[in-house]
Amino acid sequence: MQSFADLGFILPELWLAAAGMGLLMLGVFVRCDAARAVFWLAVLVLAAAGVLVQRQAGPEEIFGGLVIVDAFSVFMKTLVVAGTVLVLAMSREVIRREGVDRFEYPVLVVFAVLGMFIMISANDLLSLYVGLEMQSLALYVCAAFQRDDLRSSEAGLKYFVLGAVASGMLLYGCSVVYGFAGTTSFTALASLLTGSGVSPGIVTGLVFVAAGLAFKISAVPFHMWTPDVYEGAPTPVTAFFSVAPKVAAMALLLRVMTGPFAGLFEQWQQIVVLLAVASMLLGAIGAIGQSNIKRLMAYSSIGHAGFALVGLAAGNAAGVRGVAIYMAIYVAMSVGAWGCILTMRRQGARTESIADLAGLSQNHPRLALCFAVFMFSLAGIPPLAGFFGKFYVFMAAIDAGLYVLAVIAVLASVVAAFYYIRVVKVMYFDEPGEAFDRPPGREIWPVIAVTAAFTLLFFVYTGPLLDGAASAAAALLPEAVDTVWDAAQR
Amino acid sequence: MQDWPLLSIAIFLPLVGAALVLLIRIDNEERAAVNARWTALWTSIAVLIVVNVIWFMFDPSTARFQFVERAPWIPAYGIEYHLGIDGISLFLIVLSALLTPVCILCSWEEVRIRTKEYMIAFLVMESFMIGVFCALDFVLFYLFFEAILIPMFLIIGVWGGPRRIYSAFKFFLYTLVGSVLLLVAMLTMYFEAGTTSIPELMGIGFREDLQRWLWLAMFASFAVKVPMWPVHTWLPDAHVEAPTAGSVILAGVLLKMGAYGFVRFSLPMLPDASEFFAPLVFVLSIVAIVYTSLVALMQEDMKKLVAYSSVAHMGFVTIGIFSLNQQGIEGSIFQMLSHGVVSAALFLCVGVIYDRIHSREIARYGGLVNRMPRYALVFMIFVLAAVGLPGTSGFVGEFLVLLGAFQTNTWVALFATTGIILGAAYMLWLYRRVVFGELLHADLKSIADCNRRELLYFAPLVAAVLVMGVWPDPFLDVMHASVEQLVAQAQGTFVQGAR
Repeated sequence: MQSFADLGFILPELWLAAAGMGLLMLGVFVRCDAARAVFWLAVLVLAAAGVLVQRQAGPEEIFGGLVIVDAFSVFMKTLVVAGTVLVLAMSREVIRREGVDRFEYPVLVVFAVLGMFIMISANDLLSLYVGLEMQSLALYVCAAFQRDDLRSSEAGLKYFVLGAVASGMLLYGCSVVYGFAGTTSFTALASLLTGSGVSPGIVTGLVFVAAGLAFKISAVPFHMWTPDVYEGAPTPVTAFFSVAPKVAAMALLLRVMTGPFAGLFEQWQQIVVLLAVASMLLGAIGAIGQSNIKRLMAYSSIGHAGFALVGLAAGNAAGVRGVAIYMAIYVAMSVGAWGCILTMRRQGARTESIADLAGLSQNHPRLALCFAVFMFSLAGIPPLAGFFGKFYVFMAAIDAGLYVLAVIAVLASVVAAFYYIRVVKVMYFDEPGEAFDRPPGREIWPVIAVTAAFTLLFFVYTGPLLDGAASAAAALLPEAVDTVWDAAQR
Repeated sequence: MQDWPLLSIAIFLPLVGAALVLLIRIDNEERAAVNARWTALWTSIAVLIVVNVIWFMFDPSTARFQFVERAPWIPAYGIEYHLGIDGISLFLIVLSALLTPVCILCSWEEVRIRTKEYMIAFLVMESFMIGVFCALDFVLFYLFFEAILIPMFLIIGVWGGPRRIYSAFKFFLYTLVGSVLLLVAMLTMYFEAGTTSIPELMGIGFREDLQRWLWLAMFASFAVKVPMWPVHTWLPDAHVEAPTAGSVILAGVLLKMGAYGFVRFSLPMLPDASEFFAPLVFVLSIVAIVYTSLVALMQEDMKKLVAYSSVAHMGFVTIGIFSLNQQGIEGSIFQMLSHGVVSAALFLCVGVIYDRIHSREIARYGGLVNRMPRYALVFMIFVLAAVGLPGTSGFVGEFLVLLGAFQTNTWVALFATTGIILGAAYMLWLYRRVVFGELLHADLKSIADCNRRELLYFAPLVAAVLVMGVWPDPFLDVMHASVEQLVAQAQGTFVQGAR
């Protein structure tokens, strides 16, 4: 009964599944005002899952190699769960005021996180697909959660249709790979695909798999859904979208590319470079004309996916480490920025126009300061955390000799800086308009404060995050020679 | 006191002051503003005292870095919190520390809205400025170098003139484009050399082809900051729209960061490329000197005129640096100091009358000497210093630069000299139109002369200009050893390259 012993390794996943279903029962059978209780219980459940993740030991392949638990999965799962908990905690009151206060939402989020956990731990094309679909289906529903709202329904539908196409491509890619390689296991694929004499069929499969995953991280040219879905979905849901699924999909992409397809590095490097360049440029240029802050953040997230891919394009341990650090910092910045966006409410209704932020620095100086910190950080201005995220991925790119990519990346970051500082300009330079309502809920302030403090003071003490990212990278690329790191450690 | 972390104190004291200002309650706007001003002033004076202690304890006999502080910062990558100064950076720190209290004093009444935030921005900026000149780790340097954009962007954008938003964006994006290429160069050097420590990078000796690429990437960054022709166009806009104190810091210190970058990075780390590209720098500098001087002649806005004259004067600085000999480089550093004081003072002079009449148009003034004799005297001293009259600081710097340039290339020296003539033309003409002549405008008849606060912040600047002009030795002595070593670093590798 090897499999029975394996159950111990996936305790967080089991816990999420059981607790999610328990919450669902609670919501269905306890009629009176269960939404509030379910909501906070879901936050607790997720937090507990986060604690359980820390206890996951590894590296260990379980269930006959379907699932893997290692330092990388622990790192990424921690990010996912931390981002989700923060987003949920601050969105409670907004959800209530938006009139979508139903108990299904937190339950769906719990299931989505479960799907992400499976994605991150996937060690087989099958478990990859199962995790991805579990996550996606929950997210489709979340996007359309404000079902009386036209835009929300539209967003859900768009997300579903385009997402289904992407899933189809991914699945097709998986089947092609299986057809040519005869296995779906990452471990077997990795030993099979070593350098010379790879059949074009496998490469075709690889392209489809990459396309499917690129959709999930909203990399150009698979980004079309992002602005519409981000704009249409209820803001708390959008905040969740821009954080957790991004991390999970990026983790999956990292594992697939550096694991089973490591031997095809020369083939996929071109794809990743192209995706990165296109995403950075489109993310930067597309955002310039936006007047809606949610659409702006959508383009911003496209751009950030591009920057993270720069690290993957390097394909070395420094790159994986860079991406891991980048995602961690990205989670903090995004959660904070979305927290600020959640407070944009006037006379009981949400406002989304960037122009509504006019003169925020005079009406709400502290909020404006935090928002400005997040914007400068997203733009990558030192000494804020966002700079270090970029710093490490660029470092990896230069380590790998991708000078042209690095130069394009830094120039794209300048273009992107324009629209971030435009938000600062509106808040600080423009004449104040009508003040916003009091922030919805007490919970929103601690979240903004914590993420702002992290963003502002990250440079003081970078050690723990760097070490975590380093062990994550080492788990993914155990044999890689890591020149910089090793030299510095000595 | 030798083992006190004096540089860290100088860097972090302004941040402590900024935190104190942040804590001021804003129940009563008026009282909060008063408290913010005084807190900021005393903080900056305390920093000035610390910096003067550093100057006093500085040992001019050695070229080694002094007051070195070294602690692991990002140990995983071998990046350190590494501070230290030599004869080149010492005076730039003094300059930063001197100009900040001057700025705070000159904004005492000029800034009426959001005084608290204004003072915070200036203190934060002071901390970053001192940090740039103290940093001995490339990453640390870059951090300070780029972080300055944030407070300066806000200062121009919030407290600036009518076209402040355009100018703030232009300033931010222009400088950012250059800086990010510096980042690429920095990372490349890191992988080539395996370190980001500036003293260690100086001795590496990169491959020649790599040197040229690195040099160009750095040049993109520093040339925008200096600013050199043709990437100078952000400067007039930023200067015109920035509040007086913003212009003072911009002209006084921020421009020097570009020149400092050449001296600290390009020359010692990339000597072959520096020699290779020196003609390029000469040509751009000469164009800057001649062209911007001519442009300055035609300006109708006083601040714009001073801004263009800054570009011309910084042209001398870059010529001096790339003449690659002792006189030229010492002259450049001296000229940086002199220009830091003089251009800052000229902006203050413009600010004084702008406060009273709210116009920067030259034609709006005339005959001020009749009503403002003290102002006329102060203004004259700085105009003459800008012209480079012997006995003022401007002369020493320009003379040394020309001396250095003459040894390297006679033609460069010749063309640069025309800049002095043109400089005299536009500065003296400006002075004549503003100060002399008849009092034609009615509202100028009741204009008040400099008050005590204004004289207080002019006094140290006047003293600096005259002392540096009459007795430049104490300043040059301190630079001597460091510049000697710098020239040796540059020349030493030239010999290797020739072999």
